[in-house]
Amino acid sequence: MIEFRGVSKLFPDGTLAVDDFSLVIPSRKTTVFVGSSGSGKTTLLRMINRMVDTTSGTIEIDGQPTTALEAVALRRSIGYVMQNSGLLPHLRVVDNVATVPVLNGVPKKEAREAALVLLDTVGLDRSLAERYPSQLSGGQQQRVGVARGLAANPNILLMDEPFGAVDPIVRSELQVELIRLQRDLDKTIVFVTHDIDEAFLLGDQVVILEKGGVIAQVGSPTEILTAPANEFVATFIGAERGKRALSIQKTATGDILVDSEGRAAGVLVQQSEGVVR
Amino acid sequence: MNFLIQAFAFIFDPKHYGTANGIEVRLGQHLLISFEVLVIAALIAIPVGYLIGHTGRGRAFAIGFSGGVRALPTLGFMILIALGVGIGLGAPIVALVVLAIPSILAGAYSGFEAVDRRTVDSARAMGMNELQIVAKVEVPLGLPLLIGGLRAASLQVIATATLADYVGGGGLGRFIFAGVQTQDYPQMLAGSILVIFLAIASEILFSIIQRLVVPAGVTAGRPKDVRVKSSRSRAALG
Amino acid sequence: MNWIVNNGDLIGQLVVAHLATAIPPIILSFFLSIPIGWFANRFQVSRGILLTVFALLYAIPSLPLFIVLPLIIGTGLRDPINVVIALTIYGIALMARSTADGLASVDPDVRQAATAVGYSARSSFWRVELPLAGPVLLAGIRVVAVSTISLTTVGAVLGIDSLGALFTDGYQRNIPSEILTGIVVTIALALAVDFLIVRIGRLLMPWSRIVGAGGGRSARRQRTAATA
Repeated sequence: MIEFRGVSKLFPDGTLAVDDFSLVIPSRKTTVFVGSSGSGKTTLLRMINRMVDTTSGTIEIDGQPTTALEAVALRRSIGYVMQNSGLLPHLRVVDNVATVPVLNGVPKKEAREAALVLLDTVGLDRSLAERYPSQLSGGQQQRVGVARGLAANPNILLMDEPFGAVDPIVRSELQVELIRLQRDLDKTIVFVTHDIDEAFLLGDQVVILEKGGVIAQVGSPTEILTAPANEFVATFIGAERGKRALSIQKTATGDILVDSEGRAAGVLVQQSEGVVR
Repeated sequence: MNFLIQAFAFIFDPKHYGTANGIEVRLGQHLLISFEVLVIAALIAIPVGYLIGHTGRGRAFAIGFSGGVRALPTLGFMILIALGVGIGLGAPIVALVVLAIPSILAGAYSGFEAVDRRTVDSARAMGMNELQIVAKVEVPLGLPLLIGGLRAASLQVIATATLADYVGGGGLGRFIFAGVQTQDYPQMLAGSILVIFLAIASEILFSIIQRLVVPAGVTAGRPKDVRVKSSRSRAALG
Repeated sequence: MNWIVNNGDLIGQLVVAHLATAIPPIILSFFLSIPIGWFANRFQVSRGILLTVFALLYAIPSLPLFIVLPLIIGTGLRDPINVVIALTIYGIALMARSTADGLASVDPDVRQAATAVGYSARSSFWRVELPLAGPVLLAGIRVVAVSTISLTTVGAVLGIDSLGALFTDGYQRNIPSEILTGIVVTIALALAVDFLIVRIGRLLMPWSRIVGAGGGRSARRQRTAATA
């Protein structure tokens, strides 16, 4: 569990990125911060591993303030995946993945073997292990980024718009992959995006942020869709434009779902398993 | 062209080898001065440059210092020191070190600056401490530009070390100054040709090193020409 | 101080000789670099070849070049023209690169816009691309000017008149204040010419804030903003 208690961040240039922010992020769930630029979502994420220091307030992980550990040690215990992967260009894929364990003192050979297993986990062929990041596609680089984030077997994984820079087809592949991974690994994932569809797809808990880190609404996708807290949320999720208000229309070829403007939005099928979150 | 033939005759004349003023002795002195100067200048400039590159502070100071050194006439500076410390190697070494520092400094800090900030950011986010970021990320990725700076400095130093003999520092300049005194143009020319060859040899050597130190994996993503532009300003004194 | 007072005339003469030798290479290298920079930028292949050739010329040490040049162009060893030509070569070696870089830095969109509104290739070069490359050219010529003025002193060891004569004379007669005067006046001259060039640049390019000789890359250093 990660808990923000009255956290504020004032940058030296005078921007108040986050003001008196409080939130509980449950363990082993995916929490998504979603908002436009300037909403403070990346700042919030980076405060968890102290890449950004809070100006006031505290952040606790499992009851321990993040300041109890040295920043460097804290960061090693938390996985971090960023946009553009942030891989080290001069290290081979396998060494990139093994970086944190090696920093933690794991023998190099052992760390490399574990890294190969992680490549399997994120769905990358082991033949890519000896390549350099520049020789991979954007989607492959992001997978390596995820593998690296998992390398130290952290309980928490921070993901800062990790799929923001890849094309839509690859993005949806990666999103599906992340859902699968999360089912297997059961990490506490904190995910930042500006894409509401991505937020609803991935999030168990979605946090919609207004400018300056003000929480507009917290809840499951279902809660937010069925009961937008205010006009800002409604606009943000597209409910106002009727994009989310779907109705069934009978056609010659079968039933389809249409939005409020009558555009085809999907088809209705039987729910096979699980419950809507 | 007659002079040129005479100059080469001078260079290949066995009489000019094996004495205290032999070509191989002067060549050795020239190389030794240049090498010593590069080592001293690197020991000063690289740590300072890395500090500037890593912290992002002091860049204005480095640029100002480089500009000042560019305007400083090395000949006058060297002679002034020589009047203080006496003739010999001391004055040329001090003057040449001052001359060499800006290029190496620029190579060191611009090498760090050329590293993608997102790469550094992610290294920090992974839990590298500042020293590890410097050693494992910034130094290897900045190496091509540092070598570029050393290359420019080496050229400047080899070229300018020619002046060292003006204050009794020896080196290949000896043939030039001896030639000037005795109106012996072929000897001057011979000395000049040797210095030119040495300068070109340095360029070739460093261009090979530069190719070797580009970290594998970044060759694709980097512009081919990795010289330090700003420091190429004043290479060829002497 | 006494020495300066007693030798005002000499210093004056040497300043004149120094400028007479140093100014032509600065002006020549600026103008000669324009066609070279244009040509270097015009074709992919020519850029590599031209810039490499000039970089190699730059590798030739100046004192040896002062000595070799008379052999090639048939002048006397003490003819200032040797220094002028040698310094012009170095000036072009530096400046051609700045010009090529400057022209390359012009936004392709602007170039296309110029063509679209009806500039011919030639008028687009002179009226759009060259002016827009101006700040980079200015930064380049400032470097050339300062190093040329400093390098001019080297000719003194061959007996070619310049402020460098104060160094050789001061050394032979053991007068430190003469040497110090030479250094200070040379630097002052370099700063004055640099200042003049900046003023000319402001006059010609009122739209642009002048780029420092070191280039303006400070923005790169800004820490990755975390305010998203």
